[in-house]
Amino acid sequence: MLSKVLRNFRALPFAVLLIIATALPVMAGAFEDAVGKFANDEYSDTEEAVDVLATSANPLAYTIVSALQDGRLMADPDTKKVYVSQPDGKIIDALTSAPVASIPDSAAAVRLNNKLRRHVEAALGSLTLQSPDPAKRIQAAQSVFKTHDETMLPAIDSALQKETNKGAKLAFTEARAAILLFKEDATDAEKLEAIATIKARGDQEALALLTGLAGDQPPAIAHAAANATSAIQGNLALWSAVQNAWYGLSLGSVLLLAAIGLAITFGVMGVINMAHGEMVMIGAYVTFVVQETIRTRFPGLFDYSLLIAVPLAFIVAGAIGVLIERSIIRFLYGRPLETLLATWGLSLVLQQAVRTMFGPTNREVGNPSWMSGAFEIGQITITYNRLWILCFTLAVFAILLAMLRYTSLGLEMRAVTQNRRMAASMGIATSRVDALTFGLGSGIAGIAGVALSQIDNVSPNLGQSYIIDSFMVVVFGGVGNLWGTLVGAFTLGVANKFLEPVAGAVLGKIAILVLIILFIQKRPRGLFALKGRAVEA
Amino acid sequence: MLTQSTHDIAAPLSRRRWLAVTAGLVLGLASFTSARAADDTIKVGVLHSLSGTMAISETTLKDTILFLIDEQNKKGGVLGKKLEAVVVDPASNWPLFAEKARELITKDKVAVVFGCWTSVSRKSVLPVFKELNSILFYPVQYEGEESERNVFYTGAAPNQQAIPAVDYLMKEEKVKRWVLAGTDYVYPRTTNKILEAYLKSKGVKQEDIMINYTPFGHSDWQTIVADIKKFGSAGKKTAVVSTINGDANVPFYKELGNQGIKATDIPVVAFSVGEEELAGIDTKPLVGHLAAWNYFESIKTPANEKFIKEWQAYTKNPKRTTNDPMEAHVIGFNMWVKAVEKVKSVDADKVIDALPGIEAPNLTGGMSKMLPNHHITKPVFIGEIKGNGQFDVVWKTPGLVAGDAWSKELEGSKDLIGDWVGKKCGNYNTKTNKCGGQGS
Repeated sequence: MLSKVLRNFRALPFAVLLIIATALPVMAGAFEDAVGKFANDEYSDTEEAVDVLATSANPLAYTIVSALQDGRLMADPDTKKVYVSQPDGKIIDALTSAPVASIPDSAAAVRLNNKLRRHVEAALGSLTLQSPDPAKRIQAAQSVFKTHDETMLPAIDSALQKETNKGAKLAFTEARAAILLFKEDATDAEKLEAIATIKARGDQEALALLTGLAGDQPPAIAHAAANATSAIQGNLALWSAVQNAWYGLSLGSVLLLAAIGLAITFGVMGVINMAHGEMVMIGAYVTFVVQETIRTRFPGLFDYSLLIAVPLAFIVAGAIGVLIERSIIRFLYGRPLETLLATWGLSLVLQQAVRTMFGPTNREVGNPSWMSGAFEIGQITITYNRLWILCFTLAVFAILLAMLRYTSLGLEMRAVTQNRRMAASMGIATSRVDALTFGLGSGIAGIAGVALSQIDNVSPNLGQSYIIDSFMVVVFGGVGNLWGTLVGAFTLGVANKFLEPVAGAVLGKIAILVLIILFIQKRPRGLFALKGRAVEA
Repeated sequence: MLTQSTHDIAAPLSRRRWLAVTAGLVLGLASFTSARAADDTIKVGVLHSLSGTMAISETTLKDTILFLIDEQNKKGGVLGKKLEAVVVDPASNWPLFAEKARELITKDKVAVVFGCWTSVSRKSVLPVFKELNSILFYPVQYEGEESERNVFYTGAAPNQQAIPAVDYLMKEEKVKRWVLAGTDYVYPRTTNKILEAYLKSKGVKQEDIMINYTPFGHSDWQTIVADIKKFGSAGKKTAVVSTINGDANVPFYKELGNQGIKATDIPVVAFSVGEEELAGIDTKPLVGHLAAWNYFESIKTPANEKFIKEWQAYTKNPKRTTNDPMEAHVIGFNMWVKAVEKVKSVDADKVIDALPGIEAPNLTGGMSKMLPNHHITKPVFIGEIKGNGQFDVVWKTPGLVAGDAWSKELEGSKDLIGDWVGKKCGNYNTKTNKCGGQGS
C-alpha cells in the first residue's frame, strides 16, 4: 500500500518545494558524505546517512530514502558509488541524479534492519509533511504521532497553519498533541489540552500514548490522563464486542463456504462424502495453476486471476465430481458405511495424486491488490480479503438457492431426492440427475477452494482441515436444508469467536464440539429439520 | 514288519533330510555372503519419515545423509570400508519409529542411526536404543530436559535458540512486553515455560507476558492477531515469540500483514520458520520479521558456499535450499566419522565414549564440539526475513554457545547436569551429588 502511494507521489515534481520548507541549512559537503555512507554496509552508517538526508535540502533526499525503504537503493562497496533503481526500471546515480546504463555486479541493495526501518519511516514522514496529497500528509502526521519526536514540532506547527483539508488538519492537531504531551517544558494547560485531543481520538494508539506517559506527572495531568485512559478503555471494550461479532461472521462465512458443497452432496443426496475436502483442495490448486499461467504469460491480468479461476475451478471440480459419481458412488447408494470408506480412500488417492503432481510443499497463491490490506470502521479493522469472502459466500449461496428453486435441473434434483421412484415414473432420468447433483456439489466445493486459497495454505492437506468443520455445520444446521447450513455456519462462527477470547483457541474449539453434541441429543435432526414423508424415504 | 515299517519311515525322512541339508546350505551361503557384505561396508541407518505429515521436513534430512555418505565414500569411506545407507520409512507414525529402529539395529546391524524430527518420535525410539545399545544422532532444535547415553543432540537446546533470541529483542529492540504464541504440544509448552521463567528473572512482570496456544493447523488468526495488537498498544515495545509450528504459520503471517502489523511495530521472532517453510510463501509482507537459528543458508563462509554448491549438484536442483537441521546432520555425521576413526572401531560403547570432546567444523566458520552432556556447541544467529525468502543475519552471539541439557531457568531442572564422561549420568544432581535427580 505504502509503496504504491509513494510511487504515485514520486511522479509529481514536488520534492524540491516540500523539502525546502522543512529543511535546516546543511553544509554543501554533508549530503555527498551521507550518500557515500550507504556503501559502507554498516547499519550505524546507514542510520547517520538517513538522518542527514532527512534534514538536508537536497531534492534527491526523498528519492533516495524511499528507494532505501523499498530495497531499490544499490551501493557498490568497491567504488563507493550509490545508485537508485527507479520503479520504472531507470537507474540514476544517487549523488548527481545522472542516468546510468546499468548497475555494476558488485553492487548490492543497502541492507536494513527493524531499527533502521523505523528511522526511514520517520525520515520519510518528515520529508512528506507538506506533500500535495492529503492522504500522504495524514500518513506523515500519523508517523509523527507515533514517534512524538520533539524536533518535529516547528514543522508540524507550520504545516498545521497552512492545512486546509479537514482530515489532515485533525491528524496534525493530534500529532502536535502527542508531541506536547511528552515535551518536558510544555505548560500544564498545553498538556491538558493535548490529553483532551488524544482522548477524542480514542483508539489503541491513543491509549498506548497515554499509558506510556511517565509516572512523575503533576497530579492534575496524571488525573486527566487516568480519566482519558479509562474512557478510551470503556469505548474500546464496546468496540471489541462489535469486532468479535465481525470476526464471527467472517469465520462463519468461511465455514459456510466450505460446507455449502457438502450441503448438496451429503445434505441433499445423503452421500457421506469424505472426499469433499479434496474438491476444495482441487479448487485451490486450479487457482494456483491459473495464477502461474497469468504470471508467466499475462502479468497484467493478475488482479483478475480469481475471477478467471472461479468458473474454471467449478468446471474442473464438477467434472471430477461427475466422474466419481459415475465410477464409484452410484454403485454404493443406500450403503452408507461402504460409501464412507470408499470416499475416504478416494480422498487419500486424490491427496497423493496432487502431492505427486505439485509436490508436498505449500504452493504460493498471491492476493490480488483488491484483496490485500484493511480499512477501519470506528475502532475495528476489517480486512478486505475477509470482507470479499463474506460477500462471495453470500453470492454463491443465493445463486445456489435460486438454481434449486427456479431451474428445471433444480426442480428435478428436488424431485429425485424427495421421492426417487415417483420422479422416475414421471420421466426424470434419475441417474443423470444424481450425477449432475454430485457434480454441482463438487463444483461448488471447488469454488470454495478458490476463496480459501486466499486465507489458507495451498497444500495437499488443505481439504482435511475443512472436512470435520463442514460436516459439523451441515449436521448442526439440519441435513437437507440449505438455510439450516447458512444459519448453522454463522451461529458456529459467532459462538466460536465469542468463546475464543475467554477460553482460548483450543478450549473454545472443544467447547463448541461439546455444545454441538449436546444440541444433537436434543434435536437429532439439527436446527432446521425437514418434516413430512420425504424424511422417512 | 519292523524293517518294512522302518523302511517306510526312512524313505520320507531321508528326503526330508536332503531338503533340510539343501536349505541349510542355501541359508548358509546366503548368510555367508551377507556376512561378507557386512565386512566390506559399515551400515548407517536413516530413520526419517518419507511419507505422512512430517515428510515435508524429514525427506530433506534423508537426502542430506545420503549426500554425506556419498561424499565420505568418495574420500575412501571410513576405516577403509565403504559406508552403506539403510533407509527405512517410519511414515510419521510414532510407534512405527520404535519398530523401524529395532529393525535397523537388530536386522540390518547398523553402526549408527541418524533420524527423528519430532520429540515424540525421539521419545518413542529411546527405549529401543537403550535396550539394544546403539547410537542415535538427533538433528532438530528441541525443548531440552533430556540427556541420554545413546543419543547425541546436534540440534539446538533452548539456551541455544530461544534465550539468545529473547536477549536480542531485549537489548536491540528494547522490548518490554512479550507475547509467547505457540502450537499446543510439548515443544512450545516447555520452551514457553523456560522463557517465562527467564523473562521473570529479568524483571518482566506477569502482566507484560501473554501466552497463547493454538491447535495444529490453526487457520483463523483474526482474534489472536487483534489480541496481539491490543496487547501491543500498552505504550511499551512489544514482540511476539512464536513457536507456532508448520502450516499454521502462513495464515498467521498473512493475518499480521493484513491487519497492518509491521515488523517495525511488533516484530515476530520464530523458532520453527526456516528457508524450507518460507519457500511456499509470498514473503513481501513478512520482511523484517525474525527467526533464530544456528545456521542460515545466506551466511557467507567458504564452507557454506562449498556445501550449498555440492548439495545442489548432488540433488540436481540449482534452487534447492539448505536449512538448520541439515547443518546439524552435517556436524553430527562428521563427528561420528572422527570418533570412529579415533577408536578404529564402530563398536557402540567405544564410539559413545569417544564422542565427547570430538570437534567438527560447522558451516558458519566455527568449530563445534561434542560436550559431555551429548549436546554440542553452536553459534546463534538472528536473521531478518528478506523479500526473496532468505534471511539477513542481523545479530550473532560473540562465540559458540554450549548446549544445556537441563534448563537453568526451571525449578525442577536447574541443579541437574548431564555428564557422560565423569559422572556417567544423564541427570546428575549437583546439589545432592546423586545421579537420578528429578527430571521430566
